[in-house]
Amino acid sequence: MRLGLVLSEVGQGLRRNLSMVVSVVLVTFISLTFVGTAILLQSQITQMKTYWYDRAQVAVYLCTEYTTAGSCDQQAATDDQIAVVEAQLESETLAPFIDAYYFEDQEQAYANFQDQFEGNAIAALVTPDLLPEAFWVNLIDPEQSQILTDALAGLAGVESVVDQRSYLDQIFAILNSASLTAVGIAALMLVAAALLIATTIRLSAFSRRRELGIMRLVGASNRFIQTPFVLEGVVAAIIGSVLAGGAVVAIVHFFVQGYLTQTLPGTSFVTVDDALLVVPVLLLAGGLLAAVASNVAISRYLRV
Amino acid sequence: MIRFDEVTKVYRGNARPALNAVDLEILAGEFVFLVGASGSGKSSFLRLVLKEERPSSGAIHVLGQDLGRISSRKVPYFRRNLGVVFQDFRLLPNKTVFDNVAFSLQVIGKSKGFIHEAVPDALATVGLDGKGGRYPHELSGGEQQRVAIARAVVNKPSILLADEPTGNLDPTTSDGIMTLLQRINANGTTVIMATHDVGIVDRLQRRVVELVNGRIIRDERGGSYTQAVPLVQQQSFGSAEATR
Repeated sequence: MRLGLVLSEVGQGLRRNLSMVVSVVLVTFISLTFVGTAILLQSQITQMKTYWYDRAQVAVYLCTEYTTAGSCDQQAATDDQIAVVEAQLESETLAPFIDAYYFEDQEQAYANFQDQFEGNAIAALVTPDLLPEAFWVNLIDPEQSQILTDALAGLAGVESVVDQRSYLDQIFAILNSASLTAVGIAALMLVAAALLIATTIRLSAFSRRRELGIMRLVGASNRFIQTPFVLEGVVAAIIGSVLAGGAVVAIVHFFVQGYLTQTLPGTSFVTVDDALLVVPVLLLAGGLLAAVASNVAISRYLRV
Repeated sequence: MIRFDEVTKVYRGNARPALNAVDLEILAGEFVFLVGASGSGKSSFLRLVLKEERPSSGAIHVLGQDLGRISSRKVPYFRRNLGVVFQDFRLLPNKTVFDNVAFSLQVIGKSKGFIHEAVPDALATVGLDGKGGRYPHELSGGEQQRVAIARAVVNKPSILLADEPTGNLDPTTSDGIMTLLQRINANGTTVIMATHDVGIVDRLQRRVVELVNGRIIRDERGGSYTQAVPLVQQQSFGSAEATR
C-alpha cells in the first residue's frame, strides 16, 4: 500500500469536509472533556476516601446532665460508668479490633469546639458542661465500627456511639452522583460524536463516489479503499482528544491546584500528574471511537 | 474462460428474472457481441461476470474460478484480471489523462516505476500519444472513451468487458473505437461487448449472443445483429431499428 497516496487522500478529505471536520473536533473535545473530568472526579473520591477513612474515628459519647438520648436520663455519666466503658474497650473481645483510643473530657471538648467554630456565633453560646465527654476510638479496620456500637451503645452512661464515616459517606455520595452525572453526559455526547463521525465519513465518501466506483472496478483492496476514510475520522477525533486532554490538565492546574487547594488547605486534591495520566486514556478513547464509527460508515461502500 | 451454468438472476421486487437459465461458454481470445433490447439482460450478464452481483441460482466460472466461492475479501484481486469500459466513460474530471490511467494502477499498489512505463504504453496503444497532460473535458467523446479503454487495459487484463462503449459516439468515431477493440482482442484479450449498434455487429461478423427477456435465443459464430433468415430478418430488422 502506498502511504503517500493514502495520506494525500486523507488531507484532501479533511479539507473538502472542513466544516464537518470542525464539528467532529468540537464534539469529541467536549465529550472527552466530560469523560476526563469524570475519571478525575472518581480518583478524587478514592483519594479522599483513603485519606479521611483512615482518620475517621468512632466516638463513644457519654451522658451529660442535659441529655435524654440513649440510656441517659439527664444524669451525667458517673466515674464508675466511665470505668465500665473503658474496661470494655480494654476487654479481650474488643481490644483486638482497636488500634488506639483516648478519653476526651469536657474541657478538651470545649477547646476543640472553640477551635472548630472559631468566628462562629455558636462558639460564644456553648459552655463546657453542654459538651459530652467521649472516648475517641481508632479502629484497626475502619469498616468494623458496628462491633463497637453493638458492644457499647447499651451500656449505662453511654449516650451514643457514632462512626464519623457516616458523615463522610454523605459527602462522598454527593461527589459520586456528580461524577455519575458527568459520565452520563459524556456517554450521550460520545453517542453524538460517533454518529457525527459516521455522517462525516459518509459525506466524504459520497463526495468521492466516482473515485470509489473506479477503485472497486479496477480491484483496489477493501483495506486500501477504507483506510483514508478511517484515518480521516481518527485524525479529526484525535485533534478533539488532544484539546480535551489540554482542557482537563488546565482545569486541574488552574481550578483544582490554583483555586481549591488555596481555599481548602489540608485536603488532598488530584494533581496535574493525575491529569496527565488521563490524557492518553482520552486519546485512545477518541481514536478508537472514530476508527469504529468510520469503519462502520464506510463498510456500506465496500459491500460486493 | 467464462462459463455460465443455468444462471438465473432475479432482482428483488421484480418477478421477471433479468437472466433466465443462461448457459454459455466463452473461450479465451474470443470476441463476443451481446445484443438485445434494453432490459434484455446484457448489463446483468456483465455485472455477474464482474461479481458485482451474485446469481440467484446457477454457477459462474471466470478464469477458472468459481465466483460463488470467492470470498468478498478476494473479489478485488479477482477484478484485477478484468478491464471494464462503459458508455459514459467514467473518467475523473479533476485528473489529467495520464493521472486517470495511472490512478487505476496506484490504487492496486503498483510502483511509480511501473506506472511510468505502463501508462504511456497504454496511451500509445489507444492512440493518445502526447495527450497525457490534458483534462477529460478538453477531449472529444471518442478520445475520452480511448482514455477509458487505456485505463481498462493498462494492467493487461485477460478479459475486457465493454458495456455499449460506442453508445454515445458518432459512427466514424465508433469505427475507430472498434478498430482499437479488435486490436486489443488480436493481442489475446477476450472481449465481450454489449451493444445496440447494428452496423458494427454486422460489419465485424464475430460471435453474436442475442438475449431476449433474459434468455439466450441465439448464439451464432460469424453472425450479424439479426438472424440470417430472410423473412425473419425483414421483421426483426424493423424492431432493431426501433430499439435504436
